[in-house]
Amino acid sequence: MVTITGLDLKNPTILAAGIMGTTGASLVHVAKEGAGAVVTKSIGPAPEKGHPNPSMVRLECGFLNAMGLPNPSYKDFIKELEIAKNETSVPVIASIFGGSADEFVRVAEGLSHAKPDAFELNLSCPHAEGYGAMIGSDPHKVQQITSAVCNNVDVPVWVKLTPNVTDIVAIGKAAASGGADAVVAINTVRAMAIDIASGYPILGNRFGGLSGPAIKPIAVKCVYDLYAALDIPVIGVGGISTWQDAVEMMMAGASAVQVGSAVFEGLDVFGSISSGIDSFLTEKGYGGVEDIIGLAHGMV
Amino acid sequence: MRPVNALITKIVKESPSIRTFFFDASFDSATPGQFVMVWVRGVDEIPMTLSYKNAITVQKVGDATSRLFELGEGDSVGIRGPSGKGFTLPGKGDRILVVAGGVGAAPLAPLAECAEGAGAEVTTILGARNADELVFKNRFSGTGILHITTDDGSEGRKGFVTDALRELDLPAYDRIYTCGPEVMMARVFDILQDAGALERSEFSLHRYFKCGIGVCGACCMDPSGLRVCKDGPVFNGTQLVGSEFGKYKRSASGQRVGI
Repeated sequence: MVTITGLDLKNPTILAAGIMGTTGASLVHVAKEGAGAVVTKSIGPAPEKGHPNPSMVRLECGFLNAMGLPNPSYKDFIKELEIAKNETSVPVIASIFGGSADEFVRVAEGLSHAKPDAFELNLSCPHAEGYGAMIGSDPHKVQQITSAVCNNVDVPVWVKLTPNVTDIVAIGKAAASGGADAVVAINTVRAMAIDIASGYPILGNRFGGLSGPAIKPIAVKCVYDLYAALDIPVIGVGGISTWQDAVEMMMAGASAVQVGSAVFEGLDVFGSISSGIDSFLTEKGYGGVEDIIGLAHGMV
Repeated sequence: MRPVNALITKIVKESPSIRTFFFDASFDSATPGQFVMVWVRGVDEIPMTLSYKNAITVQKVGDATSRLFELGEGDSVGIRGPSGKGFTLPGKGDRILVVAGGVGAAPLAPLAECAEGAGAEVTTILGARNADELVFKNRFSGTGILHITTDDGSEGRKGFVTDALRELDLPAYDRIYTCGPEVMMARVFDILQDAGALERSEFSLHRYFKCGIGVCGACCMDPSGLRVCKDGPVFNGTQLVGSEFGKYKRSASGQRVGI
């Protein structure tokens, strides 16, 4: 059992936003497969089709995607969130986005009817004009939006950060000073792939964000720096597909981990990571995950 | 995987609105019912089941297929796949029934050929709006018994595939496969359910695909959460009991849309 921002998780693996999270049934499916908590697809103020396909492609070193924030709007998503809440026992975190503090608040208030266990603010999507990282790379806006949402909801607020900035710690501090209960790091790293047979960029949006094994070392460093600088929990995400990846991320300072594109190999990834962490803790004689969170900081 | 460049080597007009595009790339590992993502560069990428190891059969319905219809021999598209779960292949001596509606014949023609080659006894019901829209008539008749239905009676029996289906001895078939418009498949489903034949049936479904590789969840079915692109597109009939199948699907934004 792991407790983060007051939420009890039966294990420290969390389904990342944007993965298997468009419908209530899908979230329930992932919870049954062993995730300790689930985060919904990012939900916004109005229905959005997203970018044209291809929207996700597997590369030699990871996955490249530009979905374009497709979502049915908070009004239509309320019933999906209710299904997820009613049919699982794990915490359900609603990921939300907007173009301004007012839009974030409107979406959060709308979804509050379905009683999500927490909100995760998407201030980090790397490829949506006017949303995500466009506002998430400005510390002032991050603080303003975080503060506005915190003042209008009565559940924990997590802020998901972009690595596509010079100093992620400055953004993390802005979230914390806005009242965030935790930060989530990192979203995808801005990237691009080109089809050499034709010269066309492969993604419909031309560029997008990289996830998967290639970005894990980037995520470990970001988590390490955020853990050192902040007094709120850091949730680690980026390139985690095995229990070894998860342990490494926790030693950097993550209180829990999120798993995204690794579901490509199978939804049993949550169960295998959490049981692997347990075996590791037992084998090494640790009392619990708290013994390894941030462990690397005291070593040198 | 990155898209593979596939050169269009031949285009066959199957009906006024349906064409088969043959490629220089062949997907020999594909089983009937599996799909590929076809990237019409600069427009969109869409899922298509293979109608031959090296071809797709397409009905003109939207932006990407309209653009595809403007391409000629020597032009190329990008292809990823094959992906997803195809049909369960019958064994020697099995009696199978194939129920195909319109362009739904695309994945079923290679299945019927594969089954016949494996020594199965194949019966097909092929339906379309009219005689011009009957796809792969010769491929099906070459594999066994063929019953034809058309809505307007211009060829075969006047009526729907379900009219022919009701008159067959369903317990006699070891496996029943269907693909076509969802409204048609939903009626087939009802008939098979009443006949207690769902366990022996397989349905090839169509849903909006976003990532196409089982990650994003845009094509998840209610209430199972099964992904059409990864756990399907072919499902056993029992997996569809009490599901959204025949009732609604989801648009690109994830909103529910009635069938």
